[in-house]
Amino acid sequence: MDAKRYELNVQLAQMLKGGVIMDVTNVEQAKIAEEAGAVAVMALERVPADIRKDGGVARMSDPSMIAAIKKSVTIPVMAKARIGHFVEAQILEALRIDYIDESEVLTPADEECHIDKTKFSIPFVCGARNLGEALRRIAEGAAMIRTKGEAGTGNVVEAVRHMRTMNREIRQLIQMPVEEVTGFAKANGIPYELALKVKELGRLPVVNFAAGGIATPADAALMMQLGCDGIFVGSGIFKSADPAKRARAIVKATAYFNDPQKVLEASMDLGEAMPGLEISQIPPEQILAGRGW
Amino acid sequence: MSLRLVGNIPAAIGVLDLQGGVHEHLEHLERLGVAYKRVKQVGDFTNLAGLIIPGGESSCISRLLNFFGIKDVLLESHRRGMKIWGTCAGAILLARKVVGETACLNLINITVERNGFGSQLDSFVSEAILPDVAAEPIPLTFIRAPKIIDAGPDVKILLKIDDYIAAAENKSVLVTVFHPELTGCLALHRYFSSKCGLNPAISGNNYIDPLWKNSSWTKYAGI
Repeated sequence: MDAKRYELNVQLAQMLKGGVIMDVTNVEQAKIAEEAGAVAVMALERVPADIRKDGGVARMSDPSMIAAIKKSVTIPVMAKARIGHFVEAQILEALRIDYIDESEVLTPADEECHIDKTKFSIPFVCGARNLGEALRRIAEGAAMIRTKGEAGTGNVVEAVRHMRTMNREIRQLIQMPVEEVTGFAKANGIPYELALKVKELGRLPVVNFAAGGIATPADAALMMQLGCDGIFVGSGIFKSADPAKRARAIVKATAYFNDPQKVLEASMDLGEAMPGLEISQIPPEQILAGRGW
Repeated sequence: MSLRLVGNIPAAIGVLDLQGGVHEHLEHLERLGVAYKRVKQVGDFTNLAGLIIPGGESSCISRLLNFFGIKDVLLESHRRGMKIWGTCAGAILLARKVVGETACLNLINITVERNGFGSQLDSFVSEAILPDVAAEPIPLTFIRAPKIIDAGPDVKILLKIDDYIAAAENKSVLVTVFHPELTGCLALHRYFSSKCGLNPAISGNNYIDPLWKNSSWTKYAGI
Protein backbone atom coordinates (compact mmCIF):
# COMPACT_ATOMS: atom_id res chain seq x y z
CA MET A 1 0.00 0.00 0.00
CA ASP A 2 1.58 3.31 -1.00
CA ALA A 3 1.22 6.41 1.17
CA LYS A 4 -1.50 7.92 -1.03
CA ARG A 5 -3.62 4.75 -0.90
CA TYR A 6 -3.24 4.63 2.87
CA GLU A 7 -4.33 8.27 3.12
CA LEU A 8 -7.42 7.52 0.99
CA ASN A 9 -8.24 4.60 3.28
CA VAL A 10 -7.94 6.73 6.42
CA GLN A 11 -10.11 9.32 4.69
CA LEU A 12 -12.90 6.83 3.93
CA ALA A 13 -13.08 6.17 7.67
CA GLN A 14 -13.20 9.94 8.23
CA MET A 15 -16.32 10.03 6.07
CA LEU A 16 -17.96 7.47 8.37
CA LYS A 17 -17.55 9.69 11.45
CA GLY A 18 -20.68 10.22 13.51
CA GLY A 19 -22.26 7.13 12.00
CA VAL A 20 -23.24 3.60 12.96
CA ILE A 21 -21.84 0.43 11.38
CA MET A 22 -24.13 -2.54 11.79
CA ASP A 23 -23.50 -6.30 11.77
CA VAL A 24 -25.77 -8.06 9.27
CA THR A 25 -26.02 -11.73 8.38
CA ASN A 26 -28.16 -11.62 5.22
CA VAL A 27 -29.52 -9.37 2.48
CA GLU A 28 -32.74 -8.63 4.35
CA GLN A 29 -30.87 -7.38 7.42
CA ALA A 30 -28.49 -5.36 5.24
CA LYS A 31 -31.46 -3.56 3.71
CA ILE A 32 -32.97 -2.88 7.14
CA ALA A 33 -29.63 -1.43 8.28
CA GLU A 34 -29.29 0.80 5.22
CA GLU A 35 -32.88 1.96 5.50
CA ALA A 36 -32.30 2.86 9.16
CA GLY A 37 -29.35 5.08 8.22
CA ALA A 38 -26.29 2.86 8.85
CA VAL A 39 -23.08 4.30 7.32
CA ALA A 40 -21.78 0.79 6.56
CA VAL A 41 -22.62 -2.84 7.18
CA MET A 42 -20.40 -5.62 8.51
CA ALA A 43 -21.32 -8.79 6.63
CA LEU A 44 -20.88 -11.96 8.66
CA GLU A 45 -22.50 -15.38 9.00
CA ARG A 46 -23.28 -15.20 12.70
CA VAL A 47 -23.45 -12.18 14.99
CA PRO A 48 -21.02 -12.32 17.94
CA ALA A 49 -23.76 -13.40 20.41
CA ASP A 50 -24.34 -16.55 18.31
CA ILE A 51 -20.62 -17.18 17.79
CA ARG A 52 -20.28 -17.05 21.57
CA LYS A 53 -23.21 -19.45 22.03
CA ASP A 54 -22.22 -21.92 19.32
CA GLY A 55 -18.55 -22.18 20.24
CA GLY A 56 -16.18 -23.96 17.84
CA VAL A 57 -13.94 -22.21 15.34
CA ALA A 58 -15.34 -19.02 13.83
CA ARG A 59 -13.90 -18.26 10.37
CA MET A 60 -14.33 -15.71 7.60
CA SER A 61 -17.90 -15.83 6.23
CA ASP A 62 -18.86 -17.52 2.98
CA PRO A 63 -17.77 -15.06 0.24
CA SER A 64 -20.97 -15.68 -1.73
CA MET A 65 -23.00 -14.42 1.24
CA ILE A 66 -20.79 -11.32 1.49
CA ALA A 67 -21.11 -10.79 -2.28
CA ALA A 68 -24.91 -10.97 -2.07
CA ILE A 69 -24.95 -8.35 0.68
CA LYS A 70 -22.54 -6.13 -1.27
CA LYS A 71 -24.91 -6.30 -4.24
CA SER A 72 -27.94 -5.38 -2.16
CA VAL A 73 -26.76 -2.08 -0.63
CA THR A 74 -24.98 1.10 -1.77
CA ILE A 75 -23.29 1.86 1.56
CA PRO A 76 -19.78 0.47 2.26
CA VAL A 77 -19.52 -3.22 3.07
CA MET A 78 -17.02 -4.55 5.60
CA ALA A 79 -16.23 -8.15 6.47
CA LYS A 80 -14.12 -9.93 9.06
CA ALA A 81 -10.92 -11.91 8.64
CA ARG A 82 -9.33 -13.89 11.48
CA ILE A 83 -6.42 -12.25 13.30
CA GLY A 84 -3.28 -13.14 11.36
CA HIS A 85 -5.16 -14.90 8.55
CA PHE A 86 -3.73 -12.95 5.64
CA VAL A 87 -5.20 -15.32 3.05
CA GLU A 88 -8.74 -14.65 4.27
CA ALA A 89 -7.82 -10.98 3.88
CA GLN A 90 -6.53 -11.63 0.35
CA ILE A 91 -9.85 -13.28 -0.50
CA LEU A 92 -11.83 -10.34 0.89
CA GLU A 93 -9.65 -7.93 -1.08
CA ALA A 94 -10.24 -9.98 -4.24
CA LEU A 95 -13.97 -9.75 -3.49
CA ARG A 96 -13.52 -5.93 -3.59
CA ILE A 97 -15.42 -5.11 -0.45
CA ASP A 98 -14.69 -1.72 1.12
CA TYR A 99 -13.04 -2.51 4.48
CA ILE A 100 -11.64 -5.56 6.30
CA ASP A 101 -12.04 -6.01 10.06
CA GLU A 102 -9.16 -8.09 11.41
CA SER A 103 -11.32 -9.26 14.27
CA GLU A 104 -10.98 -10.98 17.62
CA VAL A 105 -14.62 -12.05 17.24
CA LEU A 106 -13.35 -14.79 14.90
CA THR A 107 -10.97 -17.46 16.18
CA PRO A 108 -7.39 -16.20 15.74
CA ALA A 109 -5.36 -17.96 13.03
CA ASP A 110 -2.04 -16.73 14.43
CA GLU A 111 -1.26 -16.13 18.08
CA GLU A 112 1.95 -14.24 17.37
CA CYS A 113 1.43 -12.13 14.27
CA HIS A 114 -1.31 -9.87 13.10
CA ILE A 115 -1.73 -9.37 9.34
CA ASP A 116 0.88 -7.18 7.64
CA LYS A 117 -1.71 -4.74 6.42
CA THR A 118 0.80 -2.62 4.48
CA LYS A 119 0.83 -5.36 1.83
CA PHE A 120 -2.80 -4.65 0.92
CA SER A 121 -4.58 -1.88 -0.96
CA ILE A 122 -7.84 -2.47 0.87
CA PRO A 123 -8.25 -0.69 4.24
CA PHE A 124 -8.29 -2.49 7.59
CA VAL A 125 -9.97 -1.71 10.89
CA CYS A 126 -8.57 -3.40 14.01
CA GLY A 127 -9.68 -3.70 17.61
CA ALA A 128 -7.75 -2.30 20.58
CA ARG A 129 -8.07 -2.21 24.36
CA ASN A 130 -5.54 0.53 24.96
CA LEU A 131 -3.34 3.06 23.23
CA GLY A 132 -0.40 0.70 22.74
CA GLU A 133 -2.56 -1.90 21.02
CA ALA A 134 -4.16 0.76 18.79
CA LEU A 135 -0.78 2.17 17.75
CA ARG A 136 0.72 -1.28 17.09
CA ARG A 137 -2.16 -1.96 14.70
CA ILE A 138 -1.68 1.43 13.04
CA ALA A 139 2.04 0.66 12.67
CA GLU A 140 1.02 -2.57 10.90
CA GLY A 141 -1.12 -0.55 8.48
CA ALA A 142 -4.59 -0.31 10.05
CA ALA A 143 -6.45 2.75 8.70
CA MET A 144 -9.10 2.77 11.41
CA ILE A 145 -9.34 1.59 15.03
CA ARG A 146 -12.23 0.40 17.17
CA THR A 147 -12.29 -0.31 20.86
CA LYS A 148 -12.74 -4.06 21.33
CA GLY A 149 -15.28 -3.98 24.11
CA GLU A 150 -16.63 -7.47 24.67
CA ALA A 151 -18.60 -8.49 21.58
CA GLY A 152 -21.84 -10.42 21.83
CA THR A 153 -22.54 -9.54 25.46
CA GLY A 154 -24.88 -6.54 25.16
CA ASN A 155 -22.80 -5.21 28.05
CA VAL A 156 -21.09 -1.88 27.41
CA VAL A 157 -18.72 -2.06 30.39
CA GLU A 158 -15.69 -3.33 28.46
CA ALA A 159 -16.10 -0.78 25.65
CA VAL A 160 -16.16 1.93 28.31
CA ARG A 161 -13.08 0.47 29.98
CA HIS A 162 -11.15 0.38 26.70
CA MET A 163 -12.16 3.89 25.68
CA ARG A 164 -11.31 5.33 29.10
CA THR A 165 -7.97 3.52 29.10
CA MET A 166 -7.12 4.95 25.70
CA ASN A 167 -8.17 8.46 26.74
CA ARG A 168 -6.16 8.24 29.97
CA GLU A 169 -3.03 7.12 28.15
CA ILE A 170 -3.42 9.86 25.56
CA ARG A 171 -3.76 12.47 28.31
CA GLN A 172 -0.62 11.12 30.00
CA LEU A 173 1.26 11.36 26.75
CA ILE A 174 0.07 14.93 26.13
CA GLN A 175 1.25 16.05 29.53
CA MET A 176 4.61 14.34 29.78
CA PRO A 177 7.87 16.06 28.77
CA VAL A 178 9.21 14.71 25.53
CA GLU A 179 12.17 12.95 27.16
CA GLU A 180 9.73 10.70 29.04
CA VAL A 181 8.04 9.55 25.83
CA THR A 182 10.74 6.98 25.05
CA GLY A 183 10.16 5.18 28.35
CA PHE A 184 6.38 5.43 28.05
CA ALA A 185 6.55 4.06 24.51
CA LYS A 186 8.77 1.19 25.65
CA ALA A 187 6.59 0.30 28.63
CA ASN A 188 3.40 0.30 26.55
CA GLY A 189 4.82 -1.32 23.43
CA ILE A 190 4.18 1.78 21.34
CA PRO A 191 6.23 2.64 18.26
CA TYR A 192 8.06 5.83 19.28
CA GLU A 193 7.17 7.95 16.23
CA LEU A 194 3.48 7.18 16.69
CA ALA A 195 3.69 8.10 20.38
CA LEU A 196 5.08 11.49 19.34
CA LYS A 197 2.34 11.85 16.75
CA VAL A 198 -0.40 11.19 19.33
CA LYS A 199 1.29 13.65 21.71
CA GLU A 200 1.25 16.29 18.97
CA LEU A 201 -2.35 15.68 17.86
CA GLY A 202 -3.83 14.98 21.28
CA ARG A 203 -5.69 11.97 19.90
CA LEU A 204 -5.31 8.94 17.66
CA PRO A 205 -4.19 9.91 14.15
CA VAL A 206 -7.01 7.82 12.63
CA VAL A 207 -10.73 7.47 13.25
CA ASN A 208 -11.65 5.46 16.35
CA PHE A 209 -15.09 3.84 16.67
CA ALA A 210 -16.52 2.12 19.74
CA ALA A 211 -17.50 -1.54 19.52
CA GLY A 212 -18.34 -4.54 21.66
CA GLY A 213 -21.45 -4.52 23.83
CA ILE A 214 -23.40 -1.52 22.57
CA ALA A 215 -27.11 -2.40 22.80
CA THR A 216 -29.11 0.80 23.36
CA PRO A 217 -29.23 4.39 22.08
CA ALA A 218 -27.93 5.45 25.50
CA ASP A 219 -24.93 3.11 25.14
CA ALA A 220 -24.13 4.68 21.77
CA ALA A 221 -24.41 8.24 23.11
CA LEU A 222 -22.27 7.26 26.12
CA MET A 223 -19.45 6.06 23.89
CA MET A 224 -19.73 9.17 21.71
CA GLN A 225 -19.54 11.42 24.78
CA LEU A 226 -16.45 9.53 25.87
CA GLY A 227 -14.89 10.76 22.65
CA CYS A 228 -15.13 8.03 20.04
CA ASP A 229 -15.85 8.99 16.42
CA GLY A 230 -18.69 6.56 15.69
CA ILE A 231 -20.28 3.27 16.68
CA PHE A 232 -20.22 -0.40 15.70
CA VAL A 233 -23.29 -2.37 16.75
CA GLY A 234 -22.97 -6.12 16.45
CA SER A 235 -25.57 -8.31 18.06
CA GLY A 236 -27.37 -5.32 19.64
CA ILE A 237 -29.69 -4.70 16.71
CA PHE A 238 -30.70 -8.03 15.22
CA LYS A 239 -30.90 -9.77 18.62
CA SER A 240 -33.42 -7.20 19.84
CA ALA A 241 -37.22 -7.33 19.62
CA ASP A 242 -37.62 -4.68 16.89
CA PRO A 243 -34.38 -4.39 14.87
CA ALA A 244 -35.55 -1.71 12.39
CA LYS A 245 -36.73 0.59 15.15
CA ARG A 246 -33.69 0.03 17.36
CA ALA A 247 -31.32 0.54 14.42
CA ARG A 248 -32.94 3.90 13.63
CA ALA A 249 -32.87 4.89 17.31
CA ILE A 250 -29.14 4.16 17.62
CA VAL A 251 -28.45 6.20 14.46
CA LYS A 252 -30.36 9.14 15.98
CA ALA A 253 -28.64 8.85 19.36
CA THR A 254 -25.20 8.64 17.74
CA ALA A 255 -25.76 11.80 15.69
CA TYR A 256 -27.30 13.71 18.62
CA PHE A 257 -25.19 12.17 21.39
CA ASN A 258 -24.86 15.51 23.18
CA ASP A 259 -28.58 16.26 23.21
CA PRO A 260 -30.36 14.37 26.04
CA GLN A 261 -33.80 15.40 24.79
CA LYS A 262 -33.20 13.72 21.43
CA VAL A 263 -31.54 10.66 22.97
CA LEU A 264 -34.62 10.42 25.21
CA GLU A 265 -36.93 10.56 22.18
CA ALA A 266 -34.83 7.92 20.46
CA SER A 267 -35.02 5.65 23.50
CA MET A 268 -38.84 5.47 23.66
CA ASP A 269 -40.82 2.30 22.86
CA LEU A 270 -38.04 0.20 21.42
CA GLY A 271 -39.17 -3.13 22.85
CA GLU A 272 -36.77 -5.59 24.43
CA ALA A 273 -33.03 -5.01 24.02
CA MET A 274 -30.82 -8.04 23.43
CA PRO A 275 -30.29 -10.17 26.55
CA GLY A 276 -27.15 -9.05 28.37
CA LEU A 277 -24.25 -11.04 29.76
CA GLU A 278 -22.41 -10.23 32.98
CA ILE A 279 -18.68 -10.24 32.13
CA SER A 280 -17.73 -12.07 35.36
CA GLN A 281 -20.02 -14.95 34.33
CA ILE A 282 -18.02 -15.57 31.15
CA PRO A 283 -15.25 -18.19 31.50
CA PRO A 284 -11.88 -16.42 30.99
CA GLU A 285 -11.02 -18.51 27.92
CA GLN A 286 -14.19 -17.21 26.25
CA ILE A 287 -13.28 -13.53 26.63
CA LEU A 288 -12.86 -12.30 23.05
CA ALA A 289 -11.03 -9.04 23.85
CA GLY A 290 -8.02 -11.02 25.06
CA ARG A 291 -7.38 -12.33 21.54
CA GLY A 292 -4.63 -10.45 19.72
CA TRP A 293 -2.14 -8.30 21.62
CA MET B 1 -38.23 57.34 8.21
CA SER B 2 -38.61 53.65 8.69
CA LEU B 3 -36.90 51.66 11.39
CA ARG B 4 -34.29 49.23 10.24
CA LEU B 5 -32.88 46.35 12.17
CA VAL B 6 -29.14 46.07 11.91
CA GLY B 7 -26.81 43.28 12.87
CA ASN B 8 -28.74 40.55 11.12
CA ILE B 9 -26.59 40.44 8.03
CA PRO B 10 -25.86 36.78 7.30
CA ALA B 11 -22.19 36.51 8.05
CA ALA B 12 -21.27 32.91 8.65
CA ILE B 13 -20.97 29.67 6.74
CA GLY B 14 -22.46 26.65 8.47
CA VAL B 15 -21.35 23.04 8.16
CA LEU B 16 -24.20 20.56 8.47
CA ASP B 17 -23.10 18.50 11.46
CA LEU B 18 -25.17 15.32 11.22
CA GLN B 19 -22.65 12.77 9.96
CA GLY B 20 -19.48 12.65 7.87
CA GLY B 21 -16.57 14.96 7.13
CA VAL B 22 -17.65 17.88 9.30
CA HIS B 23 -14.35 18.67 11.05
CA GLU B 24 -12.50 18.77 7.75
CA HIS B 25 -14.69 21.58 6.40
CA LEU B 26 -14.61 23.53 9.67
CA GLU B 27 -10.83 23.33 9.53
CA HIS B 28 -10.72 24.76 5.99
CA LEU B 29 -13.09 27.62 6.86
CA GLU B 30 -10.95 28.49 9.88
CA ARG B 31 -7.83 28.42 7.70
CA LEU B 32 -9.55 30.77 5.27
CA GLY B 33 -10.58 33.20 8.00
CA VAL B 34 -14.32 32.93 7.34
CA ALA B 35 -16.82 32.93 10.21
CA TYR B 36 -18.25 29.44 10.55
CA LYS B 37 -20.39 27.29 12.78
CA ARG B 38 -21.69 23.77 13.18
CA VAL B 39 -25.31 23.33 12.14
CA LYS B 40 -27.15 20.56 13.92
CA GLN B 41 -30.41 21.98 15.30
CA VAL B 42 -33.27 23.88 13.70
CA GLY B 43 -32.16 27.01 15.58
CA ASP B 44 -28.67 26.90 14.10
CA PHE B 45 -29.90 28.11 10.69
CA THR B 46 -30.29 31.76 11.67
CA ASN B 47 -27.92 34.19 10.00
CA LEU B 48 -26.28 31.74 7.66
CA ALA B 49 -24.95 33.08 4.37
CA GLY B 50 -24.10 29.58 3.28
CA LEU B 51 -24.25 25.95 4.29
CA ILE B 52 -21.86 23.13 3.44
CA ILE B 53 -23.29 19.62 3.31
CA PRO B 54 -20.22 17.45 3.83
CA GLY B 55 -19.24 14.07 2.50
CA GLY B 56 -20.44 11.06 4.44
CA GLU B 57 -23.11 8.52 3.63
CA SER B 58 -25.96 10.24 1.79
CA SER B 59 -28.48 7.58 2.86
CA CYS B 60 -27.61 8.24 6.51
CA ILE B 61 -27.63 12.05 6.24
CA SER B 62 -30.94 12.01 4.35
CA ARG B 63 -32.56 10.02 7.19
CA LEU B 64 -31.13 12.39 9.80
CA LEU B 65 -32.43 15.40 7.82
CA ASN B 66 -35.92 13.97 8.13
CA PHE B 67 -35.84 12.76 11.74
CA PHE B 68 -35.82 16.13 13.51
CA GLY B 69 -37.28 18.61 11.01
CA ILE B 70 -33.92 19.86 9.73
CA LYS B 71 -34.89 19.37 6.08
CA ASP B 72 -37.77 21.85 6.19
CA VAL B 73 -35.77 24.62 7.81
CA LEU B 74 -32.89 23.98 5.41
CA LEU B 75 -35.20 24.37 2.42
CA GLU B 76 -36.77 27.48 3.97
CA SER B 77 -33.34 29.03 4.58
CA HIS B 78 -32.42 28.30 0.97
CA ARG B 79 -35.58 30.06 -0.22
CA ARG B 80 -34.52 33.08 1.82
CA GLY B 81 -31.15 33.23 0.08
CA MET B 82 -28.81 30.85 1.89
CA LYS B 83 -26.32 29.32 -0.55
CA ILE B 84 -25.47 25.62 -0.31
CA TRP B 85 -22.41 23.59 -1.29
CA GLY B 86 -22.55 19.81 -1.28
CA THR B 87 -19.39 17.69 -1.44
CA CYS B 88 -19.76 14.02 -2.44
CA ALA B 89 -22.72 12.81 -0.33
CA GLY B 90 -23.82 16.45 -0.13
CA ALA B 91 -23.99 16.62 -3.93
CA ILE B 92 -26.21 13.52 -3.97
CA LEU B 93 -28.58 15.08 -1.43
CA LEU B 94 -28.87 18.30 -3.47
CA ALA B 95 -29.56 16.61 -6.83
CA ARG B 96 -32.89 16.65 -8.61
CA LYS B 97 -32.51 13.03 -9.68
CA VAL B 98 -30.63 10.13 -8.12
CA VAL B 99 -30.42 6.95 -10.22
CA GLY B 100 -32.56 4.23 -8.64
CA GLU B 101 -33.58 6.31 -5.63
CA THR B 102 -35.84 9.13 -4.54
CA ALA B 103 -34.13 12.53 -4.55
CA CYS B 104 -33.75 14.32 -1.21
CA LEU B 105 -33.48 18.13 -1.48
CA ASN B 106 -33.94 18.68 -5.22
CA LEU B 107 -32.15 22.03 -5.37
CA ILE B 108 -30.01 21.63 -8.49
CA ASN B 109 -31.00 20.22 -11.84
CA ILE B 110 -28.53 17.35 -12.07
CA THR B 111 -28.76 13.57 -12.23
CA VAL B 112 -26.41 11.71 -9.91
CA GLU B 113 -25.35 8.10 -9.86
CA ARG B 114 -24.32 7.02 -6.37
CA ASN B 115 -21.04 5.21 -5.91
CA GLY B 116 -20.24 5.69 -9.59
CA PHE B 117 -16.72 4.22 -9.58
CA GLY B 118 -17.02 1.03 -7.52
CA SER B 119 -15.64 0.02 -4.13
CA GLN B 120 -13.02 1.68 -1.93
CA LEU B 121 -10.34 0.00 -4.05
CA ASP B 122 -11.51 2.28 -6.89
CA SER B 123 -11.12 5.50 -4.86
CA PHE B 124 -8.42 7.71 -6.35
CA VAL B 125 -6.74 11.10 -6.53
CA SER B 126 -6.04 13.26 -9.57
CA GLU B 127 -5.93 16.96 -10.41
CA ALA B 128 -7.57 19.33 -12.86
CA ILE B 129 -7.96 23.01 -13.66
CA LEU B 130 -11.36 24.54 -12.92
CA PRO B 131 -11.05 27.84 -14.85
CA ASP B 132 -13.89 29.54 -12.96
CA VAL B 133 -12.37 28.68 -9.58
CA ALA B 134 -8.59 29.03 -9.87
CA ALA B 135 -5.87 29.31 -12.49
CA GLU B 136 -3.76 26.54 -10.94
CA PRO B 137 -4.65 22.85 -11.01
CA ILE B 138 -6.73 21.70 -8.06
CA PRO B 139 -6.02 18.35 -6.34
CA LEU B 140 -9.07 16.08 -6.51
CA THR B 141 -9.84 13.31 -4.03
CA PHE B 142 -12.55 10.84 -5.03
CA ILE B 143 -13.75 8.46 -2.28
CA ARG B 144 -16.48 6.04 -3.31
CA ALA B 145 -17.57 9.08 -5.26
CA PRO B 146 -20.83 9.61 -7.13
CA LYS B 147 -20.92 10.66 -10.78
CA ILE B 148 -23.01 13.53 -12.09
CA ILE B 149 -24.23 12.03 -15.34
CA ASP B 150 -26.52 14.80 -16.56
CA ALA B 151 -27.15 18.50 -15.96
CA GLY B 152 -29.99 20.78 -17.03
CA PRO B 153 -29.56 23.98 -19.09
CA ASP B 154 -29.77 26.16 -15.96
CA VAL B 155 -26.67 24.43 -14.52
CA LYS B 156 -23.16 25.64 -15.19
CA ILE B 157 -20.60 22.86 -15.50
CA LEU B 158 -17.35 23.70 -13.70
CA LEU B 159 -15.50 20.46 -14.39
CA LYS B 160 -16.16 17.58 -16.72
CA ILE B 161 -13.92 14.50 -16.76
CA ASP B 162 -14.42 11.68 -19.29
CA ASP B 163 -18.12 10.81 -19.25
CA TYR B 164 -19.13 12.53 -16.04
CA ILE B 165 -19.41 15.97 -14.44
CA ALA B 166 -17.35 16.43 -11.28
CA ALA B 167 -18.32 20.00 -10.32
CA ALA B 168 -21.28 22.21 -11.23
CA GLU B 169 -23.38 25.06 -9.92
CA ASN B 170 -26.52 27.09 -10.35
CA LYS B 171 -27.29 30.48 -8.82
CA SER B 172 -27.57 29.22 -5.26
CA VAL B 173 -26.09 25.72 -5.17
CA LEU B 174 -22.58 24.38 -5.77
CA VAL B 175 -21.83 20.65 -6.04
CA THR B 176 -18.53 18.76 -6.19
CA VAL B 177 -18.26 14.97 -6.22
CA PHE B 178 -14.66 15.19 -4.94
CA HIS B 179 -13.42 16.34 -1.52
CA PRO B 180 -11.47 19.66 -1.41
CA GLU B 181 -11.64 19.44 2.39
CA LEU B 182 -9.39 16.36 2.25
CA THR B 183 -6.58 18.27 0.53
CA GLY B 184 -4.66 21.42 1.44
CA CYS B 185 -6.47 23.30 -1.34
CA LEU B 186 -8.63 26.21 -0.18
CA ALA B 187 -9.70 27.36 -3.67
CA LEU B 188 -13.20 25.88 -3.58
CA HIS B 189 -13.88 27.08 -0.04
CA ARG B 190 -12.80 30.53 -1.19
CA TYR B 191 -15.01 30.24 -4.27
CA PHE B 192 -18.01 29.21 -2.18
CA SER B 193 -17.37 32.04 0.32
CA SER B 194 -17.53 34.53 -2.55
CA LYS B 195 -20.72 32.90 -3.80
CA CYS B 196 -22.12 33.55 -0.31
CA GLY B 197 -21.05 37.19 -0.50
CA LEU B 198 -18.35 36.78 2.14
CA ASN B 199 -14.77 37.90 1.80
CA PRO B 200 -12.23 35.56 3.34
CA ALA B 201 -9.88 37.37 5.72
CA ILE B 202 -6.92 35.52 4.25
CA SER B 203 -6.25 36.62 0.70
CA GLY B 204 -5.46 34.05 -1.83
CA ASN B 205 -1.95 33.68 -3.09
CA ASN B 206 -1.39 30.30 -1.50
CA TYR B 207 -4.00 28.23 -3.22
CA ILE B 208 -2.64 25.17 -1.45
CA ASP B 209 -1.95 25.85 2.22
CA PRO B 210 1.52 24.47 3.02
CA LEU B 211 0.59 24.20 6.70
CA TRP B 212 -2.28 21.80 6.02
CA LYS B 213 -1.69 18.16 6.94
CA ASN B 214 -3.88 15.13 6.46
CA SER B 215 -4.28 15.03 10.23
CA SER B 216 -5.36 18.69 10.55
CA TRP B 217 -8.99 17.65 11.08
CA THR B 218 -8.15 15.99 14.41
CA LYS B 219 -7.96 19.41 16.09
CA TYR B 220 -11.74 19.66 15.72
CA ALA B 221 -12.54 16.14 16.91
CA GLY B 222 -12.75 14.62 20.37
CA ILE B 223 -9.93 12.65 21.93
